[in-house]
Amino acid sequence: MSPVPVQIVYLICAVLFILGLKRLSRPRTAVAGNQMGAAAMLLAVVVTLLDRRIISYEIIIAGLITGAAAGILLAVKIKMTAMPQLVGLFNGLGGGASALVAGAALLELVSLQGGSRSPGPTFIVATSFSGIVGAVTFWGSAVAFGKLQGLVTGKAVQFSGQNAVKLILLMISLALGVWLFFSPMSGSLYWAMLLFSSLLGVFLVIAIGGADMPVVIALLNSYSGLAAAATGFVLSNNLLIISGSLVGAAGLILTNIMCKAMNRSLRNVLFGGVGRALSVKAEEEEMYAGKVKSATAEEIAMMLDGAGRVVVVPGYGMAVAQAQHAVRDLMNLLEARGSVVEFAIHPVAGRMPGHMNVLLAEADIPYEKLREMDEINTTMEQVDVAIVLGANDVVNPLARSRSGTPLAGMPIIDVDKARTVIVLKRSLGAGFSGVPNPLFAADNTLMYYGDGKKAILDLIAALKEI
Amino acid sequence: METFATSLTIFVLALFVGFEVITKVPPILHTPLMSGSNAISGITLVGALISAGTQATVLTSVLGFIAVAFATVNVVGGFLVTHRMLRMFKKKE
Repeated sequence: MSPVPVQIVYLICAVLFILGLKRLSRPRTAVAGNQMGAAAMLLAVVVTLLDRRIISYEIIIAGLITGAAAGILLAVKIKMTAMPQLVGLFNGLGGGASALVAGAALLELVSLQGGSRSPGPTFIVATSFSGIVGAVTFWGSAVAFGKLQGLVTGKAVQFSGQNAVKLILLMISLALGVWLFFSPMSGSLYWAMLLFSSLLGVFLVIAIGGADMPVVIALLNSYSGLAAAATGFVLSNNLLIISGSLVGAAGLILTNIMCKAMNRSLRNVLFGGVGRALSVKAEEEEMYAGKVKSATAEEIAMMLDGAGRVVVVPGYGMAVAQAQHAVRDLMNLLEARGSVVEFAIHPVAGRMPGHMNVLLAEADIPYEKLREMDEINTTMEQVDVAIVLGANDVVNPLARSRSGTPLAGMPIIDVDKARTVIVLKRSLGAGFSGVPNPLFAADNTLMYYGDGKKAILDLIAALKEI
Repeated sequence: METFATSLTIFVLALFVGFEVITKVPPILHTPLMSGSNAISGITLVGALISAGTQATVLTSVLGFIAVAFATVNVVGGFLVTHRMLRMFKKKE
């Protein structure tokens, strides 16, 4: 427990974190909110450095410099498309740090007391909890990072009995925690527990497909907070407890929003194994046979010329093709010709919550042009041309039917209600859900095949010639 | 046990504060909120500093160093990248 003056300063930091988060969740005050959080963190670090228990600063300074250099480099260099990986990485490092701090606290206790006095039960329970959650967060985030970065397959890696394996790993981790409770002086138990929790973290995330990453990242964010809170229990530090649970709550809120946007329960995302490729070839052929119409850039340019209202529905495919800037140019051109251009954003578009908004903002597409799903759906009938760009599942009308497919019940953007729909895609291939899309064969749909960026550039060229 | 009860009380109340404070976040702020709150979870740095500085054993010093480095990446990178994103939204106004 820290001295009272330090605790008072910690309380001030906690209040600043709460106010900072509040401001961070309102557009007008977000920048100030983030700065407030950063200031509170600095204050907490400075006051901690005055702690009398610290007898040497070399290691601290080395750690701070190493971490700050890496952090600055990553934050400045990162591309917005890679933001999910980066946040995943940061989550993992935070969770890992919490597990290590709890471990070090345990070792310290063992070495100082030489086994003369047992640590309290709270201490051990919290240490175990911090270790398990921290290790799961670290390795889960590492796998998520690998998937998002393309180092590990983005598909859901599944095998029979994998839920049993996860359960066993969890049981072993918990059992080691209980063992540690009864013989707290054997520190090696803690590391064995970390090992099994690490495996649990790997297995948990490797089974989840790339399209579900928004949920996973949000959940790991929550875990990193809970790990910090648990470490707060270990150290009897209220600031860690408060900040950790704030982050835990924020992560859970975002996890919930993402699950709702996909009409799936968290359990289904984590253990349900959607993301498996379904064999729907026959169904697909029947659905598309003779009904799919395609168009060239020139034909589409003709259609866009004089269109009153154009809506673009971007998906992650747009970001993969690096087409954001080309899309912005198209928007400017169309607006110059008198059309109104808007962007319809599905809540799970991209690879983390809110990712698409960030990607479009980076390409200088004004925020006022972005429409949320519910907002745009009410006026979709008045849209002359809807351009679906690198999105698939989020515009699949099959989702409206209540049963049968993995998409059933997922809220979608109703592009099929627009007068004309243009789907820009490389092929008729299915989205992450593996479900074929009847939109492609609809009467008012034209397929425009091609690579996202090049196709948009061709379209711009064709428009300029009209 | 008394400390535990106090700690648990603080923990649960803070969870509720978190839920109340962060409800109804507009989608544009989902990503910044996540990276910003993520930076706050780096508060574990405070614990890491003590571990690294007390020098109880060589092993705790090593663990402390790694923990300080990890948590600092989390904190510095998190706040900075959030700021960068929010500025990107802002310049259009």
